[in-house]
Amino acid sequence: MSVTLAGATPGDAAAENDLDVIWQAAQRRRRLRRRVMPLVGGGALLFIWWALIAVFHVRPFIAPSPEVVAVTVYQKFGMLMANLLPTAIEAVCGFLLGNLSAITVATVFVHRKTMEEAFFPIAVLVNSIPVVAKAPILILLLGNGLSPKIAIAAIVCFFPTLVNMVRGLEAVSPQAMELMHVLSASKREIFVKLRLPTSVPYLFSALKIAASMSVVGAIVGEWIGSQEGIGALIIQATYNFDSALLYATVLCGSCFSVLFFLVIRLLERVAISWQPDVTV
Amino acid sequence: MNDAAPLRSAPGTIAIECRNVSVRFSSERGSVTALKDVSLTLAEGGFLSLLGPSGCGKSTLLRVIADIVQPAAGAVSVFGHAPAAARRDRQIGFVFQDAALLPWRNVIDNVRLPLQVGGRRSLAAGSMRPEDLLDLVGLSGWEKALPHELSGGMRQRVAIARALLGGPKILLMDEPFGALDEITRDRLNEELLRIWRDTGTTIVFVTHSIYEAAFLGQQVLMLAARPGRVRELVPVDVPEPRRLAIRETPGFVALAAHLRAVLETC
Repeated sequence: MSVTLAGATPGDAAAENDLDVIWQAAQRRRRLRRRVMPLVGGGALLFIWWALIAVFHVRPFIAPSPEVVAVTVYQKFGMLMANLLPTAIEAVCGFLLGNLSAITVATVFVHRKTMEEAFFPIAVLVNSIPVVAKAPILILLLGNGLSPKIAIAAIVCFFPTLVNMVRGLEAVSPQAMELMHVLSASKREIFVKLRLPTSVPYLFSALKIAASMSVVGAIVGEWIGSQEGIGALIIQATYNFDSALLYATVLCGSCFSVLFFLVIRLLERVAISWQPDVTV
Repeated sequence: MNDAAPLRSAPGTIAIECRNVSVRFSSERGSVTALKDVSLTLAEGGFLSLLGPSGCGKSTLLRVIADIVQPAAGAVSVFGHAPAAARRDRQIGFVFQDAALLPWRNVIDNVRLPLQVGGRRSLAAGSMRPEDLLDLVGLSGWEKALPHELSGGMRQRVAIARALLGGPKILLMDEPFGALDEITRDRLNEELLRIWRDTGTTIVFVTHSIYEAAFLGQQVLMLAARPGRVRELVPVDVPEPRRLAIRETPGFVALAAHLRAVLETC
């Protein structure tokens, strides 16, 4: 095919059309590849897993083979879902609670520098305590219901959102601030019309982390003295050397985690559709 | 300070007056004098270019008039009132070097911003609507476009339309075309003169381009650096209405040469 420059022959339109079709086909192939390749990779890993178990005769209480895990998921689906439900409730409630508090505290920090100076180092300190160490303290404080797990999930979400939200609310360009001043905008108007929309992309990068972290928080909370939930099931399956159930439970928890992440990503796409290219 | 009553002025009045304005910025390393004893007077409807090397405080002077920066000494009045009162009365429009559009708002919603903050909800009778202003800056049909879909020149046109919403008496422009290519800049220079004639707005225009300063301004105020101070006020005497071609006339070339000579001593 020849491409001519600045020639107005009738064939040009057709040639251009051909190029367009070729380009679109290439785009479609690329999109398909992006979808198919992770499946191929996953399939290969499953095969290696299966082959290792079979070749080395690994005993079932050490590690199960993938088909045993699949059968367990199928047979105990009801029980797995019954245990996923409390974990999901804890994770989602903790996510909402932790992020709402983080957004509130970030708003206060941005408007009252003294508060930031006084309390930010303490937030860093609390964040540096590992979750597994915070969990027993909260269980002693809040008893044995859903609330300590929600609290743990909330604390885990809190810090990344706080840091990102403060950064986002302050990421306003100096000229935009001067513009608001020239327009005699109030502090409230500056917050609602300038700072908050500026912070949204920062907020969502934190929320995506928080989505998976809240599930981790809920599960860790359930490790200590809980009768139900993914965390409790993990502990029980481990003590009973029921590796198939253990793997099935972990699979169940991570599927929920991924689903939660995807929901947040979807919301992100909607919320910052004004950005030139939202990738990832 | 009375900020409720509208500020009125008779024709032929002084729009901007600065008397012995000094500005100091203090940082941890000590204080810097950005402006020292700057005085200027600009009649209503005038077009003043501010020209000088970087660090001469031309942007700072603009910000003093807009009540963004407070002077350490001296007095500034905008139509006989303090800059803060003029700002609250929306007599001042400001165009920044970076268009400073809100990226999540489309073109028309960016132009409408002045109606959504600062206690304003409606336009005074007879003032141009956002749609009219977009037409004035040559962007009708682009209402729904997002800032990232526009070229740099188009973004500045939106910023000018936004600054003109509500019909401010003064338009302060801080190197608005500094980041644009020469062809776009030339076109916008001509259009700015047309907008100036059509709206009768008083304009103060900061630039570091000799040609831009001389082509646009009725007068060019030259500032010297460190500390920023007035060097010379040069009247621009060229036939109106100005077209880009006047820049090749002997009179204009001589003027530009004079400005360059003065600039070298600033």
